[in-house]
Amino acid sequence: MRYAMVIDTLKCVGCSDCVVACQTENNVPVGYCRDWVTESVGGTYPIVDIELRSERCNHCTDSPCVRCCPTGASHYEEGGIVVVTHDECIGCGACIESCPYDARYTHPDGYVDKCTFCLHRVKKGQLPACVSVCPTKCMYFGDLDDESSEVSQLLKKRNHKVLAPEAGTKPNVFYLI
Amino acid sequence: MKEELFVSGRNIPNVDPFLHTWHWPIPLYLFLGGLAAGILFFAAYFTIIGKEDKVPGAIKLAPMVAPIAIVVGLAALMFDLTHMLYFWRLYTTIRLESPMSWGAWVLMVMTPISFAWAFIHLREVFPNFNWPFKWLYPIEDFLKKYKVWMAWALIPLTIVLGIYTGILLSAFNARPLWNNAILGPLFLTSGLSTGAAMNILFAKSKYERHLFGKIDLGLIIVELFFIIHMVMGYYAGPEAQKEALHLLVGGEFTVMFFVFIIGMGLVFPAILEAFELSGAKVWAAIPALLVLIGGAVLRFLMVDAGQMTRYLY
Ligand code: SF4
Ligand code: SF4
Repeated sequence: MRYAMVIDTLKCVGCSDCVVACQTENNVPVGYCRDWVTESVGGTYPIVDIELRSERCNHCTDSPCVRCCPTGASHYEEGGIVVVTHDECIGCGACIESCPYDARYTHPDGYVDKCTFCLHRVKKGQLPACVSVCPTKCMYFGDLDDESSEVSQLLKKRNHKVLAPEAGTKPNVFYLI
Repeated sequence: MKEELFVSGRNIPNVDPFLHTWHWPIPLYLFLGGLAAGILFFAAYFTIIGKEDKVPGAIKLAPMVAPIAIVVGLAALMFDLTHMLYFWRLYTTIRLESPMSWGAWVLMVMTPISFAWAFIHLREVFPNFNWPFKWLYPIEDFLKKYKVWMAWALIPLTIVLGIYTGILLSAFNARPLWNNAILGPLFLTSGLSTGAAMNILFAKSKYERHLFGKIDLGLIIVELFFIIHMVMGYYAGPEAQKEALHLLVGGEFTVMFFVFIIGMGLVFPAILEAFELSGAKVWAAIPALLVLIGGAVLRFLMVDAGQMTRYLY
């Protein structure tokens, strides 16, 4: 099993519902967030291109945050989801430094926190909170090892990319472009 | 050219606008760790080759600084842990892939040896000092018997500790300024150089002072070579590394890099040391202090600037 998220940048309108849903679902403290929306503008006027991306931890297959963690607090859970065990984390920040996507932050309580792909929901067979609330239905979640899953099918049919593949972490959040 | 904007707003402390998760305690810890490694390396080396009488400052006096440096360094590291009460988790596992983990273990082994080393030399350094408890005398005698063993253990340990202070940073591929293979050897050399500088300060004779002057001069030259290699590596590297180099050459850390590290921390003390060795009257403490300050500034610069560099997407 290899969980992945596929996000359609062509459908995203940048409403930030996913951000709010995550904050509510996961009790993220005020002033922090586990996911965020980026507007990326490229090109030269008048030919400019806007891309809207809902970003979060990429649950990398070869994740430097798990590798660098001295205590094993950062680890892989089922389906390759990268999770931090709060009471094993010493707050050394090695994982924050090692993430090419700046997807982690220090929780005011001291431990390091980040997106969990809503593991607690996934275990119950539900979708991650962000995916379930998206009003344009631009996010998909599923198992890449299963050829027939929605995410596998989308990646087969559509052009897609991952962020900073050169960082070599093999991200599992894909963007349809 | 790409403009990136957080539409949803993101202003997480210590992450935005650029990462600043590691504060002053980390470079201080890296500096003190390197310094302790340098001091103990020379103490061990000269003990093993049997030059004990010729370099008493390096073997007996300067190592008094090592346990203090290690303890202050570890205290600084602890201070920067945001979940400090759980620090013991470091010692419930060994994770060889994580430099932070094996570094913590190396320090765990080194700390008692550094204390033991200072302990067996304390009464030689301060002849009027007596242990407050009688039972400390047999322990002292016992440890003295194993001094050469300790020295042999210290050689690999100090080298690993010195390299670790660099590898801790270079293991992070996410920070292009850190992610170069030369950082380990560079920090090791710099640590040895600061150790030699400390030995110059504590030298008991002109012979000893000159010996460490020569050693330090050699180390500074090696260090300069490593720095040139590092800069060339950034130049030849991918966009992210070129961008990182920009911080040091032309960017906000330029003065710190060229004036305080290369100029005041390496080239100038090297010239002064060369003069001193050729017989000119130079107060040897000046280059030694400059080397120590330069070593500290190098750590502060690398930790601060490195956190500002990232992958571009
Ligand atoms: S995105 Fe960052 S935090 Fe998430 S798995 Fe990859 S390296 Fe780790
Ligand atoms: S901050 Fe916590 S999760 Fe991150 S590397 Fe350190 S111990 Fe591991």
